[in-house]
Amino acid sequence: MNAGTLSVTRYLVPLGVFAALVVLLGIGLKLDPRAVPSPLIDKPAPHFELPQLHDPGKTFSEKEMVGKVWLLNVWASWCVTCREEHPVLTDLAKSGIAPLYGLNYKDRRQDALAWLKGLGDPYQLSVSDIDGRVAIDYGVYGVPETYVIDKRGVIRYKRIGPVTPEIVQQKIIPLVTELSRG
Amino acid sequence: MGRAFVLAFLLLLAAAAWGREAAPAAENPQLEQRMMALAAELRCLVCQNQSIADSNADLAKDLRQQIREKLAQGQSEGDIIDYLVARYGDFVLYRPPFKLTTLALWLGPLILLVAGLIALFYRLARRRAAAEVELSEAERARAALLLGSPDEVDQR
Repeated sequence: MNAGTLSVTRYLVPLGVFAALVVLLGIGLKLDPRAVPSPLIDKPAPHFELPQLHDPGKTFSEKEMVGKVWLLNVWASWCVTCREEHPVLTDLAKSGIAPLYGLNYKDRRQDALAWLKGLGDPYQLSVSDIDGRVAIDYGVYGVPETYVIDKRGVIRYKRIGPVTPEIVQQKIIPLVTELSRG
Repeated sequence: MGRAFVLAFLLLLAAAAWGREAAPAAENPQLEQRMMALAAELRCLVCQNQSIADSNADLAKDLRQQIREKLAQGQSEGDIIDYLVARYGDFVLYRPPFKLTTLALWLGPLILLVAGLIALFYRLARRRAAAEVELSEAERARAALLLGSPDEVDQR
């Protein structure tokens, strides 16, 4: 062992360790700690039967959608991000790529109706989950959340947080197209 | 006089009958204790650095209520943990299970420790080997010259 290689390793090793740490922490900074992988992906959508928002006398269940690829969006009138997401959902619904249904989460009926009246209603229909039980079955923890459910009633994609035009273009449209074909 | 006093006293008692017993903090304190013990093991997903027991988020309150109901129905702690993991994933557990995806989490510190110890022993061994190098006759003589008289060198 001569002095030359000794001094090189003496400086290179800590430098390498430091560089590795910087890279590791840099990646860590870019990760979103709220994006928790959902265990519900590729699992059957949990069963619900809830009163419809516009017509509480009638109910709606995920079973009625078997045979169709559809989108379920969890929203609430008190949710600020939902307001931000609303125009994206409106465009998505207009494109007619897949029917969009709403799960109105822990809301007051009159508030929810006023919200849809004011902003426009992109949903085929919404159901009222007043006590949030169904949302818990769907693993909801931050409104808005959006699910893509396939023809067999299996959850194929979940978006936690607002759907953006990029997500519509890059994730939802390709996935729905593929699922509709199969 | 005495009668009036008794009457007044009885009237006061009657007034007390209107008051109601304070509602208990929980209907079943033992159940509440089990619920809180379990909730303390579970992460609140809304405010991720708090447990479901600590958090005041609406979701945490709802989940506490769910746990309470399920315990009252006679479900075990394990059943309830399975129920929540099925919905929110292992992330709700403050003690994650040992499996393939958590291998680095569980073994990472141990691997670092072992690697550190190996590096330490390696270095120490090398330092000892370096210290045990024998001096040649010529080097000895030169050292003695530099340090002073040979006697002093021998005394060291």
